[in-house]
Amino acid sequence: MTSIDSPEQVRSRLEQTGYLVDDGLAIACFLALRLHRPVFCEGDAGVGKTALASALAEALDAPLIRLQCHEGIDASQALYDWDFPRQLLHLRAAEAAGVRDAERLERELYDRRFLVARPLLRALQTQPSVLLVDEIDRADDEFEAFLLELLSEFQVTIPELGTLRAEVPPVVVLTSNRTREVHDALKRRCLYHWFDHPGFGRELAIVRRRLPQVSARLAEQVTALVQALRAEDLLKPPGVAETLDWARALDALGANEVDAELAVVTLGSVLKYREDTDRARGLDFAAVLAGRGA
Amino acid sequence: MRNTADVTGPAQDRRAGHTTDARAGRHGEGRRPEGDAALLGFARALRAAGVAASAERVHAFLRAVDALRPGLRTDVYWAGRVTLCGDRDDLERYERVFAAYFGTDGTPARPARTTPPPRPRPVLREAPAGSRTGPPGERRQGPPTATLASSAEVLRHRDVAELDPTERAQVRRLLAAFALRGQPRRTARRRPARRGDVDPHRTVRELLRLGGEPALLRRHARAERPRRVVLLVDVSGSMGPYADALLRFAHAAARGRRTEVFTIGTRLTRVTRELSHRDPDLAMAAVAEAVPDWRGGTRLGELLREFLDRWGQRGMARGAVVVLLSDGWERGDPHLLAAQMRRLHGLAHRVIWSNPRKARPGYAPLAAGMAAALPSVDDFVEGHSLAALERLAAVVQGAGTDAAGQVPGSWERS
Repeated sequence: MTSIDSPEQVRSRLEQTGYLVDDGLAIACFLALRLHRPVFCEGDAGVGKTALASALAEALDAPLIRLQCHEGIDASQALYDWDFPRQLLHLRAAEAAGVRDAERLERELYDRRFLVARPLLRALQTQPSVLLVDEIDRADDEFEAFLLELLSEFQVTIPELGTLRAEVPPVVVLTSNRTREVHDALKRRCLYHWFDHPGFGRELAIVRRRLPQVSARLAEQVTALVQALRAEDLLKPPGVAETLDWARALDALGANEVDAELAVVTLGSVLKYREDTDRARGLDFAAVLAGRGA
Repeated sequence: MRNTADVTGPAQDRRAGHTTDARAGRHGEGRRPEGDAALLGFARALRAAGVAASAERVHAFLRAVDALRPGLRTDVYWAGRVTLCGDRDDLERYERVFAAYFGTDGTPARPARTTPPPRPRPVLREAPAGSRTGPPGERRQGPPTATLASSAEVLRHRDVAELDPTERAQVRRLLAAFALRGQPRRTARRRPARRGDVDPHRTVRELLRLGGEPALLRRHARAERPRRVVLLVDVSGSMGPYADALLRFAHAAARGRRTEVFTIGTRLTRVTRELSHRDPDLAMAAVAEAVPDWRGGTRLGELLREFLDRWGQRGMARGAVVVLLSDGWERGDPHLLAAQMRRLHGLAHRVIWSNPRKARPGYAPLAAGMAAALPSVDDFVEGHSLAALERLAAVVQGAGTDAAGQVPGSWERS
């Protein structure tokens, strides 16, 4: 990992990967690198929380290690496990060879070669690395408590092997969709960043950067439409991810620009609830397009 | 306020001058001590405004400012924001305190848009009548756009801690009776069990312990956990006689950790944290402090939508047992309530409506709100007495109701 010594540098590195950040996020990422603290990302779905981790990995030229959380996730899925079949085989082989030294056998059985590293352990062992703990709010509170030690000390204790510590702590990004209140003890160890929906200018820049093949006019129109949709009272306001989907969809249809009619028939790329689609139909697409048209 | 100059001063110098100088000094002489004092003072002001900026967070704040350009307003702003705040609700306060403490200088650090306004902003439907009943000193300003379902919103803090001995006795009985647990459901977590799938960890450990001799297979099974319970307690005027008892019921219920409690009146207020006081009287006092709208009118539909938008759809209502404790007197649009109830029904495992008026002789769910909601209600139960609340607890735990809403047979609490 090359050294980074200012938020501007973080920003320009991230921009090279096509991920555009504002001051706040650039500073949060810089502090994460400098203070070795995880970044805790909250915000509506589709605003680029998960994408931040892959952008950071690319910017730092480090592998991205991803842990998708779900209910009931535990240490053997997240941290490490033992390779039982191989352990048993080893035991049988030792027996066949007439090994009688039980203590030695036991030591061998819990050797590193039988250790299966799961994402968290892999992140500690891989240097440098970017660790994404995605949707932490889906895991249960037992798992949160378990993460606590790992994320503050960047070390784990495996009873049979002892304590493993990362020489260079991984850069950690945690995301949450706020389906559940994450415990303050965990948040306290993190840098908190709330993701807003981007304004017109930045969103347009993101679309242009991520989808260079889409015509400038189409990108501008789609961005304007999404911004207008967000102002409506929708169940699920579209995120940047949906803006990109919509632009991609229209581009795939061969459109260089979009009119009200085309916008309505492709609404499915942006809105995922029937109620939202109904409500959006009431929006004056033509007026929005005219506002940004020329 | 006297420290303001320490931080804004260098910031202005720097903006006017060269960008590299301040940075060069960072590792050298470091921050001036009075700069630290200013930052600590800011953290204190933030705490006073209700942001839980613990010592640990403040320490991180100082380190963060050190790592950045301490003289620069933007950097101080963001360093504080990412280290001292822990929740979206903190951001608005942070914004305010930062502006007050470091002064609003001509060029704000960033267009200060932290939180987008909560989306479902109620619209003014009925003109607020001028007659406020509270003394003028106590008057609290509601949000300017808040609609008033009743003719006057009564924004008066009610001291629910003052109860007569009979009520206290009743509360003790309630407390003894209810630790409301949701219906159990299987989770993805496993625990050792006598039957179930083979547990490779424990089996192999056993094998290894015996030096490879065949051993008993160890098994594990899915653990069970109670479902989350969400209580929505109506505290509007028409529910006045019941609100105390229902909130104390909610307090007892919230002792099971997976229970969330909201009050609905003219506003939606989350009171789970307030109810976490073990002492019921303290808890009630905290709730009285937090809930601004005792005895106002009800806008069930709009508030239910707010609940679903802000909490429910994100996951709080998903797979949960949701209980509405309300008489269903909707002063708003019943179609909206019906639509939101359908939405809730789609998310929740079970929707239970407990109506204290249901026990009245000749009651029929004719109130527009109740009638609109009923098609999306799984269990419609009474809620006027201790016995009724006991039945409600049984229904939450998974005892079904028959068509008439009665719990069949008797039940035993474990």
